[in-house]
Amino acid sequence: MLPELGQFALILALLLAGLQAFFGIVGPMLGRERWMAAVTPAVAGQFVMVALAAGCLIAAFVGNDFSVAYVADNSNSALPLFYRVSALWGAHEGSLVLWILLLAGWTVAVAVGAGRLPPRFAARVLGVLGVVSFGFLLFTLATSNPFLRLDPPAADGADLNPILQDPALAVHPPILYTGYVGFAVAFAFACAAMLEGRMDQSWARWTRPWTTVAWAFLTCGIALGSFWAYYELGWGGFWFWDPVENASFMPWLVGTALVHSLAVTDKRGLFKSWTLLLAILAFSLSMLGTFLVRSGVLVSVHSFAADPRRGVFILAFLVVMVGGALTLYAWRAPRLRSTAGFELGARESFLLFNNVLLVIAAATVFAGTLAPLISDALKLGTLSVGAPYFNPTFMLSMLPLLSLLALGINAGWKRGRLKDKERTLLLTLLAAAVLACAVVFGIYAHGKVLTPVGVMLGIWIILASLVDPLDRWRRSLSLPRAVLGMTVAHVGLGLAVIALATVQSFTVERDVALAAGASARVGSYDFRFEGVRPVEGPNYGGTGALVVVTRGGAPVAILTPQKRQYWVQRQLTSVTSIRMSRGNNLLVALGDDLGAGRWSLRIQIRPLVSLIWLAALIMAVGGTLAASDRRYRTERARESATAGAARPAIQSP
Amino acid sequence: MSRFLLPLAVFALLVVVLAIGIRHAPEKDIIASPLIGKPAPHFALPDLADPAHTVDSRSLTGRWYLFNVWGTWCFECRAEHDTLLEVRNAAIVPLVGLDWKDDDGEARAWLAQLGNPYQVVAVDHSGRAAIDWGVYGAPETFLVNPQGIVVYKYVGPLTHEVWTHDILPRVPGHPVAGS
Repeated sequence: MLPELGQFALILALLLAGLQAFFGIVGPMLGRERWMAAVTPAVAGQFVMVALAAGCLIAAFVGNDFSVAYVADNSNSALPLFYRVSALWGAHEGSLVLWILLLAGWTVAVAVGAGRLPPRFAARVLGVLGVVSFGFLLFTLATSNPFLRLDPPAADGADLNPILQDPALAVHPPILYTGYVGFAVAFAFACAAMLEGRMDQSWARWTRPWTTVAWAFLTCGIALGSFWAYYELGWGGFWFWDPVENASFMPWLVGTALVHSLAVTDKRGLFKSWTLLLAILAFSLSMLGTFLVRSGVLVSVHSFAADPRRGVFILAFLVVMVGGALTLYAWRAPRLRSTAGFELGARESFLLFNNVLLVIAAATVFAGTLAPLISDALKLGTLSVGAPYFNPTFMLSMLPLLSLLALGINAGWKRGRLKDKERTLLLTLLAAAVLACAVVFGIYAHGKVLTPVGVMLGIWIILASLVDPLDRWRRSLSLPRAVLGMTVAHVGLGLAVIALATVQSFTVERDVALAAGASARVGSYDFRFEGVRPVEGPNYGGTGALVVVTRGGAPVAILTPQKRQYWVQRQLTSVTSIRMSRGNNLLVALGDDLGAGRWSLRIQIRPLVSLIWLAALIMAVGGTLAASDRRYRTERARESATAGAARPAIQSP
Repeated sequence: MSRFLLPLAVFALLVVVLAIGIRHAPEKDIIASPLIGKPAPHFALPDLADPAHTVDSRSLTGRWYLFNVWGTWCFECRAEHDTLLEVRNAAIVPLVGLDWKDDDGEARAWLAQLGNPYQVVAVDHSGRAAIDWGVYGAPETFLVNPQGIVVYKYVGPLTHEVWTHDILPRVPGHPVAGS
C-alpha cells in the first residue's frame, strides 16, 4: 500500500511543480497578482508530496518490503538499518528521489526568504525552479520509477552494493547533491533576472549567499567522495580524474568563478552578463554531470544503472533548460551595460583573471572528460584520457591563479595600487619562500621543482590572506563575517595547495609479500605482519590482518586491514587501515593469500594527505561564514530591483 | 551582439556530440577485462566429479575452451544453463566450469538434474582461482585460445545471441573436437 501512496504523491508533486512553473512564469508576464500568489502554496504542497514519497520509499527499505523492485535490488534483510536508509540513494531511481527532495527543500528555503524580494521577481525565481523540478519529476516517473512492484515478490533482496556500505559514502550523495541542486537557485535567479530584462547590484546581493552555501556543500561533497575513494578502494589515490569525479568538479570550478564574479557585480555593478552566464553554466554542468553519469555515454567505475533511454530524456531536458536559458541570455544580455570602469591592478582585474583561469580550468577538464566520447562519435578509435593529460593542463591554469591570489585579495577596488601593502606582501612572499624551502629540503630532504613552488604559493596565500584581518584587528576595526569567511576559505585553499604539493612528491608506496612474523621497512617505519584471522560482520565474512608499525623500535600504530566478502553479492572489498603518525598517513591494504602463510600487502606512506580533506572542510566553513554575513539578511531593497539603474558603487572598507 | 550567441552555438554543438554518443552507448556493455590478451591464470583444483583427481589448467592448453564461472547459489547461472547446454551440443568449443564457493553435493545434484554442459568442472572452495581470474560476480565466461591467452570475457548470463555473435566468430573455422 505504501509504495502506491508514494507513487501517487510523486504524481501529485509533478502536477504541483507544473502549476508552480506556470503561475510563476506566466503570472508576472500577464501581471496577474492572484496567479503569482498561488506559487508559494504550490511550492509548499510540492515539498510535502515529495517528502511523503521519499518517506514511503524509506519505509519500504526499513520494513524490508522486497515486493518493491528497487528495494529488492538494493537491500537485504541482513543489511544494517543505517544502510537500509542510505540505500535509498544507493542506485539510480532513489538518487533521483533524493535530488528532487533536496530541490524541493531549497525551493521552500527560497520561498521563505523571498519576503525580501520584489513579488514579481520572487514568483519568477520560484517558477524557474518549478520547471527544473517538473523536468526531474517527469524523468523519474517516466523512466526511473522507484515504486515498481515485483510479482511475485523477491524472497530477499540482492543487497546494497558492498562498496556503498560505508559511513562516508552513505552521507556523500546527500551533501554532494545539496551542492549540485543549490546551483539551481543561482540559475533560477539568473533566469528570473533575464525574464525581467533587468539586473542590478541588489540582484547579486540576493544571489550571493545562496550560491556560496551551495558551493560550500559541493566542496564538502567532493572532499567526502575523494576521502572515501582513498580509504575504501584500496588504491590509495585521492583523485582519479574519473568522468564522474570530473562531473562534480566542473560545476565546482565554475561555481567558484561565479562566487567571485558575483562579488564584483555586487560591489561594483560590473561583469553583469558574465555573472549571468556563469550562473547558467554552473547549473548546466551539474545537469550535464547527471547526464554523463546516468546515460552510459561515458564508461566509468561509477556508471551504475546506465541506460541510453534515460540519456535521451536527459538530453531533451538539457536542450529545453540550458538551450532555453542560453537563448534568453543571447536575447537579454546585450542590454546589460556596466558603466563603471576599473584600472589594471585593481581588485576587479584580479577577479577577472580568477574567473578566466577558473573557466579555462573547467574547460580543460571538460575537454578531457568528453574527448573519449568525441573521438568515439567521430570514429577516431577509442581514446583514454587520464592523469597524464589532466595533471599538467590543470596546473597550467592553477599556477597563475594561485600566484595572483595573494596580490588580488590585497588589491583595492577600482584603483590599481597596492599602496602601503606592497611592503607587507613582499615580506610575506619572502617568508613563504624561506618556510617552503625549510619544509621541502629540511624535513623531506629532496623534492621536485614544483614542490617548493607549490608549498611556497600555499604559504604565501595563507600569509597574504591574514594581512587584512590582522590589520583590522590591530586598528580595532570590526571584522564582518564576509571578510572573515573569505579569509578562512583562502587559508583553506592555501593549506590544500601545501598538502597537494607535498603528497604528490613525497608519497612512498610499496607492495610487499610477508609471512606471519616477518617485517618490511618502508620509509623510516617498520611494518611487522602478525598474521591473519577470520572476521565476521552482519552481512559479510572475511579475513583481517594485524600489522604492527614501529619506528626506530618504538611502537607507532597497529593496523588492521581487511578483505571482506559480502555474502549476497559475493563481492570482495578491501578495507584499508589508516593511522596517522607525525603528520604521515600510514596505509595498509591486504592483498592476496600467496600460500604458505604469505600474504601480499600494499603499504603507503603519504605525508599530509589528511590535510587535503581538512582544507576542503575549512574552505566550506569559510563559505558558510561568508554567506551568513548580516549584510545579506538585513538588506531590504524592494524598490531597487525594479529601479534598474545601478546604484553608486559600495566601496569595500 | 554575436558574442552573446556564442554560448548557445557551443551548446548546440555539444548536444550533437552527446546525441551521437547516446546512439553508440549500447555497444559499450562489455566490461573490458585486464586479462584480455594475457595468459589465462594458472590453477590446479579438485575435479567436481572426482575430488581425488586434480584439474590442472596447463592440461587445457593446446585447444580453444570456454571457462565458465558458476555456482548453485547464483540465480543467473540457472538462467544461462540452457545456453550452456546449447554450447555443449554444438561441440565446437568445450566448456570448462569453475564451481565457485559452492557445496560439492549441491553442485553435483544441480548438474545431474539440469544436465551437465561441462567437459570438466574444477572446484574453487576458497575463491582463490576466481580472484586470479578477476571474477567479481557469477556467472562470467572467458574464451581462451590454444596458446592459453584469454581472448574474450563476458559478464552475466550467457545468451544464444552472445554465443552466436560474440563468441563463435572469434573461434577460427575448424571446430575443435570437444566433449
